Amino acid sequence: MVRVEFLGPIQKEPLDLDITNLNELASILQDDIEMLVWLENSAVAVNDTLVSTREYELKDGDKVVLLPPVCGG
Amino acid sequence: MLYLYDGALDVPTILKDWYIQEEKSNYGAYIPFIGTIRDEDGIDGLSFDVYEPILESWFKAWQEKAKAKGAIIKMAHSKGDVLLHQSSYIAAVFSPKRRVALEFIDEFVEDFKASAPIWKYDLRDGKRIYAKDRSTAIKGSGILK
Repeated sequence: MVRVEFLGPIQKEPLDLDITNLNELASILQDDIEMLVWLENSAVAVNDTLVSTREYELKDGDKVVLLPPVCGG
Repeated sequence: MLYLYDGALDVPTILKDWYIQEEKSNYGAYIPFIGTIRDEDGIDGLSFDVYEPILESWFKAWQEKAKAKGAIIKMAHSKGDVLLHQSSYIAAVFSPKRRVALEFIDEFVEDFKASAPIWKYDLRDGKRIYAKDRSTAIKGSGILK
């Protein structure tokens, strides 16, 4: 299972998904109409490292987080 | 060092503590930046969410950059609610000479705004409203769209 968490203002409970790459995650989240706006502008980290491509393999126990636009300070 | 606090920062204490930590370290310059909540647009204050694992790795990379210039960097940030005229953010650079610290604090704060995993909300009438229009998408965002 891969744990998917949604940070900051994204009001969505974590998901536990049986997926093997980020393409599969994209397909699942694109079916959620409330997520579409966040998919446009969110960064993605796997095991707390930002990733820059969807061609990314996932393994059992991985944690994916979605980071929407930020504004510290 | 990275310091996170619940609520507003105690600015005089933090600045003094950092000064004492480094007063014998032979740095010629100590340049702090302090972010204070202004009374504007009718807000009651701001509120912050912080994702610590990535904030720590981002900050560690900046510590390495500072070290390469013979400098060090310290940062404090609030979690949760911070009211008007209180402070939520302090960054400071210590360096042997002033020019490095002045340039470094500018670069650091700009990247902090664009990259640090912190989310800001306006406090209005007891509600927490995401400051979407003032927020910046992290570089590389949108790969799942």
